[in-house]
Amino acid sequence: MVAISAPTPPAPPRAKSRAARWAKILGRELTTVAITIFGLLLVTFLIARVMPIDPVLAVVGDRAPADVYDKARLALGLDKPYWQQFATYIGKVFTGDLGTSVLTAQKVTDDIKTVFPATLELATLGTLIGVALGVPLGILAAVNQGRWIDQIARVIGLIGYSIPVFWLGLMGLLLFYAKLGWVAGPGRLSVAYQDFVTPVTGLVMLDAAMQGEWEAVIDAFWHLILPASVLGLLSVAYISRMTRSFMITELQQQYVVAARVKGLSEWRVVCGHALGNAFVPLVTVIALSYMHLLEGSVLTETIFAWPGLGRYITNALLNADMNAVLGGTLVVGAVFIAVNLFSDILGRVADPRAR
Amino acid sequence: MRHVAKLMAASAFAALLASAAQAQTPKDTIVMAKQIDDIITLDPAEAFEFSGVEAVTNLYDKLIGVDLAKNNALVGELAQSWTVSPDQLTYTFKLRPGVKFHSGNPLTAADVVYSFQRAVTLNKSPGFILTQFGLNKDTVLEKVKAADDNTVVITVSKPFAPSFFLNCLTSGVASIVDSKLVKANEKDGDWGNGWLKLASAGSGAYKVRAYRPNEQYALDANEGWYKGAPKTKRIIVRHVAEPASQRLLLEKGDIDIARNLSKDQLAAVKSNANVKIIQGDKGYILYLGLNQKNPNLAKPEVREALKWLVDYDAIEKNIVEGTYKGHESFLPKGFLGAIDDKPYKLDVAKAKELLAKAGLPNGFTVTMDTRSVNPITDIAQAVQSTWAQAGIKLEILPGDGKQTLTKYRARTHDIYIGQWGPDYLDPHTNAETFAINEDNGEDAKSKTLAWRNAWDIPDMTKVTQANVLESDASKRAAVYGSLQRDHQKVSPFVIMFQQIEVSAQRKGVDNWVIGPSSDTNFYAPITKN
Repeated sequence: MVAISAPTPPAPPRAKSRAARWAKILGRELTTVAITIFGLLLVTFLIARVMPIDPVLAVVGDRAPADVYDKARLALGLDKPYWQQFATYIGKVFTGDLGTSVLTAQKVTDDIKTVFPATLELATLGTLIGVALGVPLGILAAVNQGRWIDQIARVIGLIGYSIPVFWLGLMGLLLFYAKLGWVAGPGRLSVAYQDFVTPVTGLVMLDAAMQGEWEAVIDAFWHLILPASVLGLLSVAYISRMTRSFMITELQQQYVVAARVKGLSEWRVVCGHALGNAFVPLVTVIALSYMHLLEGSVLTETIFAWPGLGRYITNALLNADMNAVLGGTLVVGAVFIAVNLFSDILGRVADPRAR
Repeated sequence: MRHVAKLMAASAFAALLASAAQAQTPKDTIVMAKQIDDIITLDPAEAFEFSGVEAVTNLYDKLIGVDLAKNNALVGELAQSWTVSPDQLTYTFKLRPGVKFHSGNPLTAADVVYSFQRAVTLNKSPGFILTQFGLNKDTVLEKVKAADDNTVVITVSKPFAPSFFLNCLTSGVASIVDSKLVKANEKDGDWGNGWLKLASAGSGAYKVRAYRPNEQYALDANEGWYKGAPKTKRIIVRHVAEPASQRLLLEKGDIDIARNLSKDQLAAVKSNANVKIIQGDKGYILYLGLNQKNPNLAKPEVREALKWLVDYDAIEKNIVEGTYKGHESFLPKGFLGAIDDKPYKLDVAKAKELLAKAGLPNGFTVTMDTRSVNPITDIAQAVQSTWAQAGIKLEILPGDGKQTLTKYRARTHDIYIGQWGPDYLDPHTNAETFAINEDNGEDAKSKTLAWRNAWDIPDMTKVTQANVLESDASKRAAVYGSLQRDHQKVSPFVIMFQQIEVSAQRKGVDNWVIGPSSDTNFYAPITKN
């Protein structure tokens, strides 16, 4: 067979084509992101308008006389046609104006700046706990399939999956706070420290540390640890089950047999080869679990009097505070898209085939 | 080495554990857990929710107040004395001398005029409490005048009963604000409304130190308050949505007062020797509204039958014990003219007889819009089961508060189970909504509860309206008495309960009294040992 191959392309164009491929990938991702965001805006807007709730009620209350009511309705622009309301809304969003919340009388962007860090704090620690315990547990369970450690992992998974989080939270409070006194109660800080920490980043522990209020840091930590552990248990359940199943799949592959035949230690086989290959789907799973916690865990936040995003949106929804609902949903959506994008890119970097 | 590191980690952990355990509230501070997510604003001209009004009443003073110890008798606050002209159109208030705002500015008649002007011009939700006396943004400066620095003269549009006008002046919307400070914080002609949502500019017992919506508000005592410095230096009210969490915080001593314990939690803390429970009658009435647009519900016999079909006693005992009590008339206990008559009890035979008379011997099917919260849902289900005994099939339509309310206001419900709280401490507030319907048309200007249930009552409307002009308070009370008895017989309202508000506090906390309205929940007398 005569190879009528094209002349080998010179080096620079090849680098260019590689850059072009990355640009193409990025472009595709960004288009997807743009379409997703537009869809998100449209859906949230429609839901807000279709809901059989009168948003004017949130502004003026139940007792307002007709003229006050009409004035508020006009101020909200509800007399205009839907498409026009939507266009105004989109225009405002792109200039960073999410409107003013009726409930808090603050700009929604300012509200989110205070509630999102509270959720971020909780979700990050919860996910860290989930990864630190869930991944090793899943690996151990996969390696020792069917043995006692696998059974223990299964029970933990079952508990994390099946026990409602509000029950877990309440029982945790009852045991560790009320009975044993190991942790602090609901809220982010004890009353005594409340006014000593000026919010800068909104992450209480970080702010207190920056201001040198070490006692407040410790106080904040003891407020954070229980709700974060409750959320952490949920992540442990999810992450350990998924790790186990990915690892079992990998451990049955031929390359694992080959590695063993080569005489590699079991440690290297499991952690070097199998885990390395399970890494990509695992990152996606961890990202998913993190995103889930970032949406704000309404029940956990309610029980622990944690002023986070989940409670903010729920409360806004119950009170028909539409700007807050739309703004909050948009942030959740944006975070979802961002984390997704990040895990995609991480996956591509880690997996040569996906590059 | 490794052991040393382990030991250090262990001791650091132990130190952290020890520091977590210390948790008592500071000595001169009262910490309260309460659901405060209903607060929209702290501006007295706008606040009209339970929690918002409660905050306002502790930040501002009014011309007139009520004495809880003397059956809500009117007393002068910022007004040292007042006189009413013989034609009942002009009121002259002499201001208490030497009162200062938190800012240090002296309180003068000009501040009173500004406050009234501000409230009726902004005309937010509670604005009607003042505008119903003929004050509006165009006329207010003619009708509310400063005769001199210490005298304010107010002219009303009709010879209203003086008790009516003065009672209205005790509500939050009639609070006196610091005109200099508010003007300095005005933005785009908003009368300082934006700024006052989160701050205070009053002369009251407390001033706002910090307010974070949905999280907490902290108040500092006004040491120079004209009634004397409040007993507690600081009040912190934290938003704790979950009643079970409130209970744990209270039992642990991390808070001093828990405001929203449910029936079960109250029963549980009763046995705790460190906890005390107090209660007060609230003006909130729990009722069923029967829409007269539904042809079945429009029949007088059906309306009466439904009143005989509620097991008032069983609901009180099994569902709402300690938080509601039986009450079947539209004026809550504690109001001028309130009556204690409870003509109805569960009587299925009588109800069946009435239904047969109405031509519905086998009952009918009807829906009820029900807020998905306790105890509303439980009460709805109890009603459903007793109505079934007479063949009435009640379908419960669950929804959230704003959703059911939207339907109710549009008059597209069959039955609505709801609560009504008085807007101010005068019987007219409830009489107006339950017994006045000036125009039953869709575009009526005044959409009272009678309107919402499409109950067309020209005669009763006249009687109720005339009674606000009755200057003799005892005659006025008697008319309200007979009005309520008529109302009980014919109205499309199945009035069932009056709310009792319950609060649990640590031992050592004293003098916290729950008043008949949010306007009368005063923090200043609270003490703590």
